[in-house]
Amino acid sequence: MEYLKKYPKLFQWLFLLIVFFALCFAIDVPETYKFIRGQAEFVKDPNQSVYFFLGKEVRYYAFDVFWRLPPLLGWLPIWINDSLFFLMNEWMPMEFWNEDTQEFKTRPLLLEISRNLTSFMTFLIELIREILLGGLETIVAFTSWDFIDAYPWLELPGLPWTIVAAGAAILSYKLSGKGLALFAGLTMIYISIFGQWKPSMQTLSFILVAAPLSFIFGLGLGIAAYKSKRVEKALYPILLVMQTMPQYAVLVPALVLFGVGDHAAVIITMVVAVPPMILLTILGLRAIPPEVIEAGRMSGCTNWQLMFKVLIPTARRDILIGVNQVIMVCFSMAVISAFIGAKGLGFNLLLALNQLNIGLALEAGLCISLIAILLDKMSLAWANKQTDYFGNLSFYQRNKNVIFFAASFVIGIILAYVGTFIFKGSFNYLFEIPHNKGISTADFWNKGVDWIFDTFFVYIKAFNTWLIQDVLQPMRALYLRMPAVATLVLAVGAGYLIGGIRSALVVAALTLFIALSPWWDRALVTLYMATFGVVISCLIGFTVGTLCFQNKKSAAFMLGVCDIFQTFPSFVYLIPVMMLFGITDTSVLIAVIVYATIPATRYTIEGLRSVPVGLHEAATMSGVNKFQRLTKIEFPLAFPHMMLGLNQTIVFALFMVIIGAFIGTEDLGQYILKALSDKNGAGIGLTLGICVAFIGLIFDNLIRTWVEKRKKHLGIA
Amino acid sequence: MSETVIKCESVYKIFGENAKKMLEESNGNVDAKTFQEKGCIVGVNNASFEVAKGEMLVVMGLSGSGKSTLLRCISRLTDATGGKIFIEGQDLLELNNKELIELRRNKMGMVFQSFALLPHKTVVENIAFPLQIKGTNTEDSINRAMEMVKLVGLDGRENYFPRELSGGQQQRVGIARSLAVEPDIWFLDEPFSALDPLIRKEMQDEFLRLQEKLQKTIMFITHDFDEALKLADRIAIMKDGIIEQLDTPAKIVLNPATEYVRKFTEEVPREKVLIIEDVMDASSKDNLGDLKVSKDEIIENVAEKILTQEKLVGVVDSNNNIVGSIKPSKIIDTVFGGRKNGS
Ligand SMILES: Nc1ncnc2c1ncn2[C@@H]1O[C@H](COP(=O)(O)OP(=O)(O)O)[C@@H](O)[C@H]1O
Ligand SMILES: [Mg+2]
Repeated sequence: MEYLKKYPKLFQWLFLLIVFFALCFAIDVPETYKFIRGQAEFVKDPNQSVYFFLGKEVRYYAFDVFWRLPPLLGWLPIWINDSLFFLMNEWMPMEFWNEDTQEFKTRPLLLEISRNLTSFMTFLIELIREILLGGLETIVAFTSWDFIDAYPWLELPGLPWTIVAAGAAILSYKLSGKGLALFAGLTMIYISIFGQWKPSMQTLSFILVAAPLSFIFGLGLGIAAYKSKRVEKALYPILLVMQTMPQYAVLVPALVLFGVGDHAAVIITMVVAVPPMILLTILGLRAIPPEVIEAGRMSGCTNWQLMFKVLIPTARRDILIGVNQVIMVCFSMAVISAFIGAKGLGFNLLLALNQLNIGLALEAGLCISLIAILLDKMSLAWANKQTDYFGNLSFYQRNKNVIFFAASFVIGIILAYVGTFIFKGSFNYLFEIPHNKGISTADFWNKGVDWIFDTFFVYIKAFNTWLIQDVLQPMRALYLRMPAVATLVLAVGAGYLIGGIRSALVVAALTLFIALSPWWDRALVTLYMATFGVVISCLIGFTVGTLCFQNKKSAAFMLGVCDIFQTFPSFVYLIPVMMLFGITDTSVLIAVIVYATIPATRYTIEGLRSVPVGLHEAATMSGVNKFQRLTKIEFPLAFPHMMLGLNQTIVFALFMVIIGAFIGTEDLGQYILKALSDKNGAGIGLTLGICVAFIGLIFDNLIRTWVEKRKKHLGIA
Repeated sequence: MSETVIKCESVYKIFGENAKKMLEESNGNVDAKTFQEKGCIVGVNNASFEVAKGEMLVVMGLSGSGKSTLLRCISRLTDATGGKIFIEGQDLLELNNKELIELRRNKMGMVFQSFALLPHKTVVENIAFPLQIKGTNTEDSINRAMEMVKLVGLDGRENYFPRELSGGQQQRVGIARSLAVEPDIWFLDEPFSALDPLIRKEMQDEFLRLQEKLQKTIMFITHDFDEALKLADRIAIMKDGIIEQLDTPAKIVLNPATEYVRKFTEEVPREKVLIIEDVMDASSKDNLGDLKVSKDEIIENVAEKILTQEKLVGVVDSNNNIVGSIKPSKIIDTVFGGRKNGS
């Protein structure tokens, strides 16, 4: 009784666990139950039950409701599909002027909007692409095909790679200095020499459209939400879901709305990249001390000046994190949207992975990562740039970057011209090194992979078998063995114990949505993979973070490493693991672990760092040794922040699990991938995406609520 | 008195949704308690006063007494709920947005307790900021800002960022920034409260030196009575949004209007505040000794001299005319007595 009074929470948790396990043991596995492979829900089978809702037929395998809830939301994907179709093809027909036929034509509104948006995006991408690579679409956009036939010299020639490389280096020098300039130059030369120029420039043009647009929209909407509570309230739920929505899942509806191609990819990238930008903009603006705003107003700022000269620069740190996220997401999407026909490195990467040509994949992946890091660093340097008012600069000094660029422009063109003589009859290497005509190290890597396989095959195989048979399969079986009711009780109970009725209700609603969808089993598999990844990531992340924290330099170094790793597009992580473990669950899980370890490490270091210095000293004075200090003072205080890291770790892990479907997993991701090639896939893809997002949100809600309570308790809110 | 620069007539500031309506219904009789029950917080309650050109009015009161709110009403960072405010005869509340911006760009400067510097700008950029906002070109504004840097003694640090400066140095930047546009009216909201005592004293002296030179019209806010006494021409003491008393330091010390004010004045060393004129006897001008003191001397400075005298000490004005006398024992009375009954 005494213990009960002392630790009431502990006993409540124990009680919850007892109920959970009791339910698990009490409810037997139905004899007819088996893990459903393939899309059984859409295959006719006399054993299935059927119901009709909103005129849609839903088929499913019925079980005891305690074991699995019936898919009462089974109509939702079909309904979404039909609605999308209706919206696109029948809703709000209007008269639109048609330039080509010179007459009015009736079209549904959304279709027209989609067409206009599409042509606008296509124009932007083509414009940049043709400046870099040459082409005639841009000129045609302003004139006509006949015109270009008459004046063929108008075709944009494209820039020789030497000029782009020099330009990148000079811009980097202006923004940051020698270090970045060297990095930029080497990156460009590497890309060119290794024959990745064309796809790289295609990807770059995609990014140069998607990233600035996402930044502008995110910033704009963030400002709107900051100024108006109503806008914020309307945006917030969408932002929340988008934060945990796997990127695959949004591809499918994009297919329906915008078709296939770079333009659809840009639009959908914006859908993914804008939410974090909005959130960080709001966060940054909210954190500005009121006196700074008043100082701005007292300086006589107009509203416009106040926003752009005071508020945004003051919120710069958070906004920059937003920019960093935008760039990250854009590169991630540059790869993923190859599924819906985006050209460039991503497409090559997917192709190479599909053909199991690890060497080629590695080269493409390296190029993407290098460009990603370069753009990230450049944007950062740009934001931190300063003006020097006092140097008495001569004309040459002030304009030396422009002069240098002009010079390299001329030299580049001369070189390219000379090249036409040197490489007569073959490719002009001084203009552009064509794809696959550069140096390729693919063979080397492929041989390396083969060598590794030959040499270590026994060990890798043994490890693989052990992991799959002795760890993963039992774990998966355990997860699938949970009766739906037991899972619900556990989730809702945890919600109640952590955040009271409110949390319990939120968690209940989110869990029910998944349980009533046709994919509960799949969700459990996703969850098991994510759990496995998260547990190991946290162990590694917390250990590495704690160790690095012991020394200022190593902590800073580790954070830098995290920064760079975070910039890699998520797909890139699949390359090395496929090198080692081929197409197995092990590969996916290792990619998950590597990817999810980044936030775990980062938040551990940041959390420990945020412990006030005064406390360290006080503790040291009172004769506490290092280890005691860590366990008694630093960990408890840093724990809330570390839990936020756990939150991120879960989101990262979920993303990677879903991407792992590419290698072949039997979870929600597999269906999302399938939906991509299904003409009725939009509804399925979206619903699946929401399911994954909700898994993330359940944990997000629980962790955040807990952290807030804990912070209040510790007085560090 | 010389011309009035700031004039407030029954200014109210009440926070809350129905503040305006409730104020109208109350007919100017605002009671903080009843308002609070209805969900409104009274920030400023019926403030009326004037500030003359070149005068320094110090607003004193404990934290939460509405000092900042009053200042923000006068700078129109927030709109007063009721009453009228005139700046150089112009009705502040009538100004449209554009006129208000013009007023701030040319006439007003403000210094903040937390310095409120822009973190992304260097010292000189921060100081040049109001000028650049006004549209001054880069070269002129930077040159002017450099003058200000010298004025507040930060030469050599013009390219530092605020985060690289100590609190006192940051506030120097804040002061320089508020003075860059050469405003006539200078608002300071607890500018030295965030500094430690030694630096605070140094900054106060520096501030007096500056004011000697610049002769601005100043509203200075503080919660520190000693600071108020040291700086003020006149002091306004606030409590719960109400100005309890507004007078010269000496009169406040000699005649506290309310119990609340008296509590503040109790611990004040009178000899530091009062001048000879405040304690002299203007009726007896005979039987004077050799020593003569000016009527404007602070007692502390001449006490020792007077106490060595046996006869009455003559008090003279600036033209050396005798205007009264003072008994040495009166000095002892003032310094050690008087504190119990307040006169
Ligand atoms: N924006 C606001 N909304 C509601 N109440 C406020 C606001 N600003 C100030 N107050 C209240 O007005 C009163 C006076 O505040 P303030 O002027 O900041 O005091 P001081 O500057 O004297 O410390 C306080 O009770 C404070 O809580
Ligand atoms: Mg204040």
